[in-house]
Amino acid sequence: MTLQIVLFFIFAAVSAVTAVIMITRTNAVISALFLVLNFASLAGLYLTLNAQFIAVTQIIVYAGAIMVLFLFVLMLLRPENEKKILDMKPKLQIFAMIIAFIVFIQIAYIIFFAQPLQNISPDLTNSIKAGTIEAIGRELFTKYIVPFEAAGFLLLAAAIGALVLAKKKFE
Amino acid sequence: MFNNAQEFFNTLPLIIMGGGIVISLLIEIYSDKNKVILPWFTALLFLAVGLHSLFYTNDVSIVMQNMLATGGNVNIFYAIFTLGAAVVTLISIDYIKKYDMYFGEYYLILQTSVLGMMLMAAAKDLFVIFLGLELMSISFYILAGMNRKRAKANEASLKYFLLGSFATGFIVYGIALIYGSAHTTSIDFITTNFAGLTSNLLFVAGVLLFLIGFSFKIAAFPFHMWVPDVYEGSSTTVAALFSTGGKSAAFSAIIASLFALFNGPSGNVFTPYFAVISVLSMFYGSIVAIAQVNIKRMLAYSSISHAGYLIIGLAAGNHDAIAGVMFYLGAYTFMNLGAFGIVSLVEGKNETNLDINSYAGLASKKPFLAALLSILMFSLAGVPPFAGFFGKYYIFIAAIESKLTWLAILGVISSAISAYFYIRIVVLMYFKPATNDFQIETSNSAMLGIITSVIIVILLGIFPGSFLDLITRFI
Repeated sequence: MTLQIVLFFIFAAVSAVTAVIMITRTNAVISALFLVLNFASLAGLYLTLNAQFIAVTQIIVYAGAIMVLFLFVLMLLRPENEKKILDMKPKLQIFAMIIAFIVFIQIAYIIFFAQPLQNISPDLTNSIKAGTIEAIGRELFTKYIVPFEAAGFLLLAAAIGALVLAKKKFE
Repeated sequence: MFNNAQEFFNTLPLIIMGGGIVISLLIEIYSDKNKVILPWFTALLFLAVGLHSLFYTNDVSIVMQNMLATGGNVNIFYAIFTLGAAVVTLISIDYIKKYDMYFGEYYLILQTSVLGMMLMAAAKDLFVIFLGLELMSISFYILAGMNRKRAKANEASLKYFLLGSFATGFIVYGIALIYGSAHTTSIDFITTNFAGLTSNLLFVAGVLLFLIGFSFKIAAFPFHMWVPDVYEGSSTTVAALFSTGGKSAAFSAIIASLFALFNGPSGNVFTPYFAVISVLSMFYGSIVAIAQVNIKRMLAYSSISHAGYLIIGLAAGNHDAIAGVMFYLGAYTFMNLGAFGIVSLVEGKNETNLDINSYAGLASKKPFLAALLSILMFSLAGVPPFAGFFGKYYIFIAAIESKLTWLAILGVISSAISAYFYIRIVVLMYFKPATNDFQIETSNSAMLGIITSVIIVILLGIFPGSFLDLITRFI
C-alpha cells in the first residue's frame, strides 16, 4: 500500500464518521464543530487527488469563514436542543427514507455501472498540473472569463440587494 | 478574449449592459439628481441595447472561447428582454413613487436581472446558463421584497427565494449529471452528440432534472405554487417583469442548451414529459383563473396557462416550434406588460382597486385606458388580429406538424376556456355601471410604456410575417 492509499482510507474514514456524528447530535454547536472536521478531512481527500487549490479553499472558505460564521450565529441565537421533526411526523420519515434510497441507488449506479473510469486517462501529469493555483488562474482568466465576470456581477447584485433589503431607510 | 474588432462589436449588447450597471452604480452614489437621471438612464440603456441587438441580428458568431453566441435568435431574445424591461422601467417611474419606495437600487437590480437573462439566452456553456440564471433569480428575489413595509412583499420575496433555490438545486443536480455523462459542459458537444447521449440513463435523468428546474422558472403546472402569491405580494411592475422576462429567459435557456430537442421532424425523447405538463398547466391555469377576484392573481394564473401553450412548442420539437415559441414569447411579453402596466396605473395607494369588480365602468370614466386594456385582454385571449392569436396559431401549427394534433386541440379548448375570464374584464369595463370613482394619478411615462406595448401587440398582429421571417432566418 502506498502512502496515498493509506491517507485516502484515513481521510475517508474520518469524513464518514464525522458526517454520521454531525447528523446524530442534538446540540447544534457540536454538529457544526463536527462539520468543520468533516470539511477538513474532505480537504485532505482533495489533496490526495492533486487538487491543492480546492483543498486550500475548502479549508479557508468553508471550514474557516463559513463555519465560523455559522458557529457565531448558533452561539448568538442559542437554539433550543433541536426537536426531532422526524419523530413528530412519521410520514416524513418514510419520505426521507425513499429519497435517501433513491440517492443511494444513483450513487451505486454511477460507481458500478456507469464506469466513469474508462474516460479518465491513467496519465496523471496533466491532472497534477491542473490542480495548481497557476493553472486555475490561467483558465479562469482566459477560457472562463465570461463565467468569471458573470459571477462578479452576481456578487455585486447580491451585495446591493442585501444592503437594500436590510439597511436602507425609507425616505 | 476577442480575436478581432468584429467579435467585440458582436458582444456589445452584453458589454453595454455590464458597463451600464457600473455607470448606474456611480450615478446612484455620486449624483444628487439620481432620482431623475437614473430611471431615464435605465430606460435609455435598455432601449439602446434592444435596438442594437435588433439591427445587428445578422452578426452570427461564437465568441469568448466558445462561451457565448451572438447574433441571430440570441439577439432577438436580447431585444425581447431589453425592450420589455424598458417598458417595465417606464411604468415603474411613477409607480414606485406612489408607494413611497423610491430606491435607486431598484433600477440597478432591474439591470442586473436583465444581464442575467441575456447571459442565459447567449450561453454556449452550461456554466454561463447557471450563472445567468442565478444573476436573474437573485435580482428577482431582491425586487420582490423591495417594498419592505408590506408584510406581503416580504412573504413573496421569501417564498420566491426558497422555492427558487429549490429549483436551482434541481438545475445544478441536472447539470452535474449531464457533465458526468457527457464529460463536458459545452452545449455544442451536447447538441451534436445528443442522440448518442440519450441512450445513457444518467444523461436523460440529468436533462429531466434540468427541465424540472426550469419548469419552476417558467411557472408550469406542478411547479407553479409560488406564482400567484409572488405576483400578488410583490409590486405590480415587478410582477410584470417576473411573468415576462423571467419566463422568456427560461425558455431561451432551454432553447439554447437543448437545441437538439428541436432537430427531429416530430417530437423528441422528452415529448411525453412536455405534453403532460403543458396540458396540466394550460387547463389548471385557465380553470383556476376563472375563480380569481384579484386581478393580479388572475394574471398569475393566466401566466401559468400561457406557460402551458409555450410548452406545446417544446413538445412539438421541430424548427417551426422554435419560431412559434419565440414569436409567442415576444407577443406575450408585450401584451402582459401592457396589462400589468394598466393594473399598476389603476391600482391606488395601499393596494386598492385590485379587485376585478373595481374595473366596472372604467370605460365611462377613462375611455382611452379601457380601450387599451380591452385590446390587451383580447390579445391575451387569442382573438385575431392581435399578436396573441398568431403566437398560439404558430405553436398549434407546429404541434400538428409533429402529429400532436390532440395537443393542439386541447390547447384550443383551453384558450376557449381562458377567453371567459379575459373577456369578463372587458364586459365589466363597458357594460357595468361605475361603482368606483377612479382617482387615477396620471403618469405620462407609464402611458408611454403602455401605449408602446399596445402598438407592438397590434403591429405583431397585423404584420406577423415580418417578425416570423426574422426568426426563421436563423434557425
